[in-house]
Amino acid sequence: MRNLLSIEDLGREEIEAILDRAESFAEVGRRDIKKVPTLRGRTVVSLFFESSTRTSSSFELAAKRLSADLVSVKAAGSSVDKGESLKDTVATLSAYDPAAIVIRHPYAGAAQMVAGWTAAAVVNAGDGKHEHPSQALLDVYTLRRRLDSLDGRRIWIVGDVLHSRVARSDVLAFTRMGAEVTVCGPPTLIPRGIEGLGCAVEHSLERLEEADVVYALRMQTERMSESFVPSLREYAANFQINSRRLHPRQLLMHPGPVNRGVEISGEAVDSPQSLIAEQVAAGLVVRMAILYELLAGAERPAPVPDDGSGAPAGPTPIGQPA
Amino acid sequence: MSLRDRLDARPGPDAQVLLRNATVLDPVAGIEGQHDVLVRNGRVAELAAPGAAAVPDGAEVVEADGLHAFPAFFDPHVHLRTPGQEHKEDIETGTRAAAAGGYCGVIAMANTRPPVSTAADLTALRERARAGASVPVGFLATVSKAMEGEELTEMVELREAGAIGFSDDGLPIRSANLMRRALQYQHLCGGNIALHEEEPTLSGSGVMHEGPVSAAVGLAGIPSVSESIMVARDAALARYENSRIHVQHLSAAESVEAVAAAKAAGVEITAEASPHHLCLTEEAIRHTLDPVRFKMNPPLRSEADRQALIAGLRDGTIECVATDHAPHQAEEKEVPFEQAAMGVTGLETAFAALHTELVLPGVIGLELLIERLAGGAAPFGIERPTLAPGSEANIALCDLGAEWTVGEEGYESRSQNSWCAGRTLTGRVLMTVAAGQVAYRLRSFSLGVAP
Repeated sequence: MRNLLSIEDLGREEIEAILDRAESFAEVGRRDIKKVPTLRGRTVVSLFFESSTRTSSSFELAAKRLSADLVSVKAAGSSVDKGESLKDTVATLSAYDPAAIVIRHPYAGAAQMVAGWTAAAVVNAGDGKHEHPSQALLDVYTLRRRLDSLDGRRIWIVGDVLHSRVARSDVLAFTRMGAEVTVCGPPTLIPRGIEGLGCAVEHSLERLEEADVVYALRMQTERMSESFVPSLREYAANFQINSRRLHPRQLLMHPGPVNRGVEISGEAVDSPQSLIAEQVAAGLVVRMAILYELLAGAERPAPVPDDGSGAPAGPTPIGQPA
Repeated sequence: MSLRDRLDARPGPDAQVLLRNATVLDPVAGIEGQHDVLVRNGRVAELAAPGAAAVPDGAEVVEADGLHAFPAFFDPHVHLRTPGQEHKEDIETGTRAAAAGGYCGVIAMANTRPPVSTAADLTALRERARAGASVPVGFLATVSKAMEGEELTEMVELREAGAIGFSDDGLPIRSANLMRRALQYQHLCGGNIALHEEEPTLSGSGVMHEGPVSAAVGLAGIPSVSESIMVARDAALARYENSRIHVQHLSAAESVEAVAAAKAAGVEITAEASPHHLCLTEEAIRHTLDPVRFKMNPPLRSEADRQALIAGLRDGTIECVATDHAPHQAEEKEVPFEQAAMGVTGLETAFAALHTELVLPGVIGLELLIERLAGGAAPFGIERPTLAPGSEANIALCDLGAEWTVGEEGYESRSQNSWCAGRTLTGRVLMTVAAGQVAYRLRSFSLGVAP
């Protein structure tokens, strides 16, 4: 794997390879010393043009757990504020010879463009409304731990599909892993032609009980330039996931951050069937696995160290303390 | 009659050329076959039997055995970016690109900076064209002052200053009432009104066709009805006012239907389609997300839309191909899709691309392509180029077998945002005679080394 730009690019086997790797990092995470030397001496750039808590912190911690040097650039306060173009920003950061660039950008295709401009491996940490592949991988990881397999499972993705990169990546990832996916929301928030991704479409929660997993999406009011629903109150009345609508057998997921009382009720977030905290925990090990697969995986041997130490080339096996 | 009567070009020597044994095809004039084409003093003097024409003193002899001579093409829709955006294109580079594409005339849009809204603007532009245009250029003026969509320009004065017609291209005319007034004023000043049809609230922040690909890649869509309802609105207004309109760059099947319905109702309406809409669909964007080649307005639509455009080209609902040549510099294009400028260049590749994508696979005939590539003159009251003896020489000499990769040798245009960049096309323009002057020779061809 050269870059992680979209789930669209991945087959089931590649997804499983990353998840299996994440399992082994989960084991490392239970040790006293949680750090491994795999990426020692290599640089990871984290380049965030949009606000983020979960994704940026978990990628940055993942890089540190793998012993990489981390450069973290946020758009606010950087030369981007001074009008520097994306291409020039990437050229500047590429001068540090990073092994990987993790990028979040408000526009679709930004990560793919960056991959054309740099020798570093590029990880798409969310590009506009396009894709958010690491989120989808951690979602599959979380579900796989609970359900063993996604084959034949019915997953409903409910809410603002139109503005959601998570929805697009999840539909692709879940279907690739054998699940049957339904997207549900008011017609104004379901993009025309979404069936082309291989999912079914529903405009009401009437048949929600058929779902094994209910994945609620955040109402992305910050991406809405106009009125897509008459009111959040009416939206919540028709589409909110709450304990009245949720069957105890169903698992509940949400990519965060949650708007309690809008797309999901507070008591549902805190209920035992909610996997939301597990999703966040999975984020760290899955993002470690992504960096590992890109930078130390079989298809990309590490360069011979030129520090004169005569250390063997290639990644240090995980499990050896740094 | 000369294209120069109403259009402007740099003066130069009249062509004195003999095309020896060319395959001549002028479907409108009913000329087809092997001829020696003799051009004297800028006019088609004679179509002689192969080898029969005597070489006049001083004439250039071109061995055209195996080459095709067509009436040169006419593009009713290009952006020369002058004044104000000469970093993208200017009259010289834009008309060189036109000549390289086999065009003997183009009509420049008025959405420059500032827009061409006054007689003074127009007069200055025409002077520049007479100083630097390789092929004759006609200029449109805007319908609304400063293209703001509020008040009519001084249409009568603009026509007296030489405006070929009117257009707010780049933007739709939002106000139905302003559109109506322009159509009323057309009775006073003449001149066709060329329309960029788009309902702005439906297009919203859209950047590509609304459909399965926009849903998959998460880009905001521009629905087909955004275009077609405005075509229907303006056709109804033209019918009511008994006026004439030209619909630009049709992209949606629904719009082709609307034009056909208007024609059937007797409305004076003409329409154009662009090479990129005839050759590409939204699928081009799915995996590339490439705005350099694939972002334009109207957007690339579905395969069904593309087929409807081809059907419209065949049955005459669409009478002409227009490139909507829209140059942009790299820094305006090498940004994420949503941020990139709309538009692609097309003058240098229109013939080759349509020959490769539509004629060679047998989708349309060569005659139809040649006819439609010059079909953009008549809607603006400009005489169609022809090879009939006695007429002004407007000739595109082409090698239908030549293969070339677009962009490999650079572009005549100042910009490089060709939708064909990197494609290998079959068919190439070797030489163009425009308004009686040799406007272009492919370098390797004039040196006798290729293709």
